[in-house]
Amino acid sequence: MSIVEIISQPWHWAVSGAGIVFVMFLLLWFGGNFGASANLRTMCAIGGAGKNVSFFDYDWKAQLWNLVFVASAAVGGYIAVTFFSSPEPVQIAQATQDHLASMGIQTPQTISEGLGYVPSEIFAIENFFSLQNIILLVVGGFFVGFGTRYAGGCTSGHAISGLSNLQLPSLIAVIGFFIGGLTMTWVILPIILSL
Amino acid sequence: MKILKYTIPGVLFGIIMTKSEAISWFRIQEMFRFESFHMYGIIGVAVTLATLMTFIIKKTNKRNIEGKEITFSPKNKSVARYMIGGIIFGLGWAMTGACPGPLFTLVGHGILTILIVIASAVLGTYVYGLLRTKLPH
Repeated sequence: MSIVEIISQPWHWAVSGAGIVFVMFLLLWFGGNFGASANLRTMCAIGGAGKNVSFFDYDWKAQLWNLVFVASAAVGGYIAVTFFSSPEPVQIAQATQDHLASMGIQTPQTISEGLGYVPSEIFAIENFFSLQNIILLVVGGFFVGFGTRYAGGCTSGHAISGLSNLQLPSLIAVIGFFIGGLTMTWVILPIILSL
Repeated sequence: MKILKYTIPGVLFGIIMTKSEAISWFRIQEMFRFESFHMYGIIGVAVTLATLMTFIIKKTNKRNIEGKEITFSPKNKSVARYMIGGIIFGLGWAMTGACPGPLFTLVGHGILTILIVIASAVLGTYVYGLLRTKLPH
């Protein structure tokens, strides 16, 4: 097997977890930190939100490294799907597939049906103008931006950086993430998808 | 251009997020339905190794590339903001299948509707900034 073929396989979770920590190490070594949601605040500040709202009136230029980081993550995403694409779509547990199918979401079985990153029923541009998808993408995105800033971090900032620094606030935040996520997945999502 | 070095962890992160499948909407559903160990494996290994790394960096007073000591800022003490903010983010995470890092990575997958999610997330952050003084923290 060539190197490219090996990299192109889906990565084992242990390799992935270790890789994330290597990224965190590079960020700390370069003088930054590991937290993606701060970029949303930086974007507000760059857009001039600091004129009206003091929360965005800060030295955002000192945070530009983090924007370089996430912009490069998009490049990394492009490289991974273009040059190291898996031969099969993401392999999802059968129980999850069955449940999603019962709500009208099909999990791709072959690459021609999709890579298995996002369901076309929700994310395909031609399907956007439906009530359920506008709720999922627009309201969902709003919750991500509002919630992460209110909680002071997201999965990278709290679940990984915060927990590894033994921060009790981060544990509370992660418990919150799960209360919200479980409520959505088990209770609210089936209602939205039935609209 | 000192900040250009951040392209290295950035590109790596995008590749890892893609190949780990942690940015898959389907994986997030699977995780919240407890039907696969995959996401828990990733987060569990990451937190364990990161804890070890943080401990070693603190113990050895390791310095960064600019010669300054690496510091870890403690989070402010509070319950309300972490719990309420966390729940709101969790709702959004299960809807969009993406937290902020993966959101940016998915742009590179050519998924245009992710730009709508990012725009909404920026708006959400802005509205938080507007309401911040009125919210319990």
